[in-house]
Formats: sequence, C-alpha cells, structure tokens
Amino acid sequence: MVIGERKPFDEIMKMIEGHNKIMVLGCGGCVTVCLTGGHDEVKVLSSQIRMAREKDGKPLEIIEKTIERQCDPEYIEGIQPLLPEVDAILSMACGAGVNFVAETYLGKPVYPALNTTFVGGSKKEGYYVERCQTCGDCKLYYTAGICPIARCSKSLLNGPCGGSTKGKCEIDPEVDCAWQLIIDRLNSLDQMDRYEEFMAVNDWRTNRDGGPRKMIREDFQR
Amino acid sequence: MSEFEPIIVAFCCHYCAYGAADLAGSMRLEYPPNIRVIRLPCTGKVTPIYLLRAFEKGADGVYVAGCLEGDCHFIHGNLVAKPRVNYTKKLIQEVGLEPERLEMFNMSAAMGPRFAEVAREFYERIKTLGPSPLNKKVHVTSAAA
Repeated sequence: MVIGERKPFDEIMKMIEGHNKIMVLGCGGCVTVCLTGGHDEVKVLSSQIRMAREKDGKPLEIIEKTIERQCDPEYIEGIQPLLPEVDAILSMACGAGVNFVAETYLGKPVYPALNTTFVGGSKKEGYYVERCQTCGDCKLYYTAGICPIARCSKSLLNGPCGGSTKGKCEIDPEVDCAWQLIIDRLNSLDQMDRYEEFMAVNDWRTNRDGGPRKMIREDFQR
Repeated sequence: MSEFEPIIVAFCCHYCAYGAADLAGSMRLEYPPNIRVIRLPCTGKVTPIYLLRAFEKGADGVYVAGCLEGDCHFIHGNLVAKPRVNYTKKLIQEVGLEPERLEMFNMSAAMGPRFAEVAREFYERIKTLGPSPLNKKVHVTSAAA
C-alpha cells in the first residue's frame, strides 16, 4: 500500500488560512489502512482544525467526508453536490488522490494534508516499512523475493557492499543489509545459483526517469 | 478568574473507575461536583476523537480512568488506552491546549477513596491551569455579565 504521514499541523493551518468553510476529504484506501487519512483521521483532524480556529476567534465550518478511493473518478464524482458549499478541499489521501481530486474539480483549491512517503506494508499495527520503489522492473526472482532496489540503501544490484557488517547496513545499525537477507534466503532455498548471475546495469527508464508512467489495459478501452 | 469552575469529563471504565465512583458515593466521600462521568465498557473503547470531542464541546479538562495495569476485564484494554491518551496529548498541544488538561489514571473498583482523590487532584490542576483557551471568551463574557 501507499504510506502517508500527516503534515505538521501548522503547515495544514497555513494552507487553509482565509477559508471559512472547507471539506476534509478522507480516502478509504491505503491511507485508511496505515491510519493516516481514513474516516477516523478525518474526524480527528477536523476537530483539531475547528478548535484551533475557534481559539483564534476565526471559526471555520468543516464538511467531513470519506470516500472509497480518491484515485478513482467514479468515487470522486460522488462529492460534487457538496462542493458549492465549500471554499476548498483538504485531501487526506496520498499524492495520487490529491491529483485526481484536483483534476476533477478545476475550480476548487485542493490541498494535501499528508506527505506521501513510500510504498510498503505493515510489520504490525501502526508500524510501516518500505518494500517497493516502483522501479518498474521487478528483480525479485533473482533475489529471493527481497528487493535490492527498495531495501538496499544504495540500491545495489550486485551486493553486498563493504558497508555490510554482521547483517546490518552502515547507514544505521537498525537497518538490515538487504543483500545479507537475500543471500541468507537464497541459501535456505538452495537457490544460490541465482546469486551467481550478474545483474546488468539497471535500465532506469522504467522508473520515474522515463517521465510520468501509465498502464493501459486495452481490452477495457471503449 | 476566582469564579472559574472547570468542566471536567471523566471517561470511566464500567469494571473499575465507575464502580469506584459508586463506592465513593456509598462511603459519602466528597469530591468536586465538576466531574461529568461517562461510562465506558472498557477504556480500550477510548479513541482520540472521543477525547478531542470533549474538549471541542467545552471541557476544560478530560481524564480517562481505567483498571489497574494487568487487571483489565478485557485483558489489555487499559494498555490500549494509555498510548492513545499520550498521543491525544500531542494532538491537543498542536491545537494550543496544555497537554496537562488530559490524563489517564488507573484504579480498581474497590478504590473509592482513590477515585475521590483523583477527582480532587485533577480539579485542582485544571483550576490552576484556568479555563481552556477555547472557553476563555465564554468565561470572560459570563464574568462581565
């Protein structure tokens, strides 16, 4: 899932300065799962904003709304009837959601309440870690399901480097060396022959370096 | 300011603090009448939004009273509540409220005197802090009237 973290409260307050009625829009997708932008977080942020504005003597009205997903026009269209009432939308979705809402409602300012941080998963409740860098060319077959791009600090394709000590990375003793994990796992799966194959220099065109990406399923195009 | 009487909301667990409040009553113990008790099935039911709403609706102080650690009727509800209360302290601080306006206490149903003591201590704390920044205008207006 896409992981997001809420922006500092002061930054959010600055964005909505001057508005008298806004919509705080939550997303029922990834940011609900990572506890930063779902139904509950919309209520918490709205309550905080109302209190802060009340305290400053500039009360603000808020419509609290959470839709299934903000990265899907089908759901975004559902909020249209409420829009004439509000000055701006404060989106609690990831960056993709903010973009989609902004593209759909050209006449309304849309502000991000979150910083989109990475693609990852939950180790346990409330604890999220990065596992994918969306490079566009999965190498996981060769690396026993452990991604050297996302998990090696240098994104090395033929590691480990000299900074690997006792299974940890030199950047932080808490960070596992991805290549140590890969080798250990290949060993336990009896697939060390895959480690023998050199990986060629990476073609980063499939990554962001090739410009904004798209994926089209032709059989769904009408 | 001397006329300031705080509004305090106490979220009390049915299995301990609520029983303790009952016992405090049976024992004829005195504690400030400013405490508004809200009964919960367990303090594990508390979420930040409960606590924020209390402040938003005019509370000057809020506390959560759950079972003694290790004694939760639902095994670990009070241990779930504790970090949530601490997290909410940060949330109210962002808004500009003092984090001391929010606290978590632990007691058993047999601790009636402790319930009254906590109520008195928290009342004194909020009285010293003064009205919530959200209620200041209300108090000024009522004082002027």
